[in-house]
Amino acid sequence: MPDTTSTSALHTVPPIALRRRVTDHVMTGAAVLTVILVLAPLFAIFAYLVYRGIGSINWAFLTQTPKPVGEAGGGMANAIVGSAFILALASLLGVPLGVGAGIYLAEYGRNRFGDVIRFTADVLNGVPSIVIGIVAFSIVVLYQGHFSALAGGVALAIMMIPTITRTTEEMLLLVPQALREAAYGLGIPRWRTTLSITLRTATSGVITGIMLAFARVAGETAPLLFTTLGNQFWNLRVDQPTAALPLQIYTYANSPYDDWHRQAWAGAFVLIVLIVTAVAAVRFAVRRGTFGAT
Amino acid sequence: MLLCGLAVLATLGLIIYELMLRSGPSWHAFGFKFFGGHDWDPVNEQFGALPFVYGTLVSSLLALFIAVPLSIGVAVFTTEMCPAALRGPLSFFVELLAAIPSVVYGLWAIFVLIPILTSYVGPFLARTLGWTGLFEGPFYGVSMLAAGIILAIMIIPIISSITREVLMVVPQHQREAALALGATRWEMIRVGVLRNARAGIMGAIILGLGRALGETMAVTMVIGNRPEIARSLFAPGYTMASVLANEFSEATGNIHRASLIEIGLALFLVTIVVNALARLLVWTVTRGQPSRANA
Repeated sequence: MPDTTSTSALHTVPPIALRRRVTDHVMTGAAVLTVILVLAPLFAIFAYLVYRGIGSINWAFLTQTPKPVGEAGGGMANAIVGSAFILALASLLGVPLGVGAGIYLAEYGRNRFGDVIRFTADVLNGVPSIVIGIVAFSIVVLYQGHFSALAGGVALAIMMIPTITRTTEEMLLLVPQALREAAYGLGIPRWRTTLSITLRTATSGVITGIMLAFARVAGETAPLLFTTLGNQFWNLRVDQPTAALPLQIYTYANSPYDDWHRQAWAGAFVLIVLIVTAVAAVRFAVRRGTFGAT
Repeated sequence: MLLCGLAVLATLGLIIYELMLRSGPSWHAFGFKFFGGHDWDPVNEQFGALPFVYGTLVSSLLALFIAVPLSIGVAVFTTEMCPAALRGPLSFFVELLAAIPSVVYGLWAIFVLIPILTSYVGPFLARTLGWTGLFEGPFYGVSMLAAGIILAIMIIPIISSITREVLMVVPQHQREAALALGATRWEMIRVGVLRNARAGIMGAIILGLGRALGETMAVTMVIGNRPEIARSLFAPGYTMASVLANEFSEATGNIHRASLIEIGLALFLVTIVVNALARLLVWTVTRGQPSRANA
């Protein structure tokens, strides 16, 4: 649009002063420069991660547990499974609550009280993850007397809830009012309409929100530091300390051993592949699905 | 459903309650002096949080200083200048930056960023800006400067995506009016777009600040973790979030743990205020539509 205006204006009004034209070009150049400066670290991170990650990953890494300190070899199999376990716990706790709160906001929360909850969810979204870790520590670890997978699950669940709540609400609001009215017209009670008509129609959008929340907490390390603690061995018990991929990356990155650095990169690569797949799948689903408008 | 809604409120309430309850011993022992004291000595049970507060503030402000111009530039470029075909991929890439976990940023910073800083950026800054006193002394890489840069990279996606959102709700006729008066494109952006979006952009910046204040892992990995207040950005520092990450699971003394939780409480209160302020600012511009960018 700007191009047409400047060329056609040239015939009727005097040309734009040199200083203004130069400023225009300089600012355009500056904006392009910022884009390059922002994208450069992104590419640097991805390129280096893929380069180190692919070079470091091997069968042992994916199937073995860590070797004792200083000994080369071993892997993060227990951490990968541990992460999946903790994330499953978190989803089990966080998804029903988040979706429920989202339904409340969309279907019953068009009032002042709804606004309070909406605002609380947004504020909760900004609470530092390490603070959430402290809270999970005080309500689960202190109560149980030791570190556990459950505590980590609780921490991550608290972090998932606000994202799920807000996207669920947003997606339900996109469902046409006429659909609800049609259901009421058939004599279906409100709760039934919400569950079988509204939520059903918005399923793909709600799943998008869940995946976004999942991707957001999958790489979280800070809330796990003093909740699941980490573990050198296999564990699938809810009440025991458990290894997690981000924790293992953190420990290995800070260690003085080259082989552990290699494994940290391999772990980071596995983690990123997981998260980027989730984000890309969500983007693809959103574009293809019924909710292309968002 | 109402129960689930209440659970969201209850979660926030629980966070406040637990933090206040568990930080009690430290509050009783030190009072307000806690945030003015320099000494952090778990062995003698002397706790003062000033170095951590200082580290958190300086690293976050440094990050804002770097990130704000870059983020606004990217947002302006994607909404006002860039060809339509580039718009989607560009915002996708910037969002990808947000999807990278903090610990991976830290890993990259240790093995890539810090070597670059020590061999090129550090000597250059010392030579050109050494006279300010901000870039003095020996530079080993792990430093306030490294923390500020990695934080900047991490908050750029947040600031730029929310700024983009805010710029997109500026009415089209504002742009058309500016152009009709003979403005160049940059003048149109300055007068018609940026001026209208001021409050929202401010909100985006504050939201970025909130994220930077609470960021833990990447900062812990590069800041050096030394509780000292130094003027030079080359010196190592310590932040409130990092001291929690490093000491919390090993804090055995009751008062040590309470002190750490009090730091957590302070961090929580600051981020709550910062976020609430930012939300209000963004809401006044986007009229209460849920913010998608922060997901």
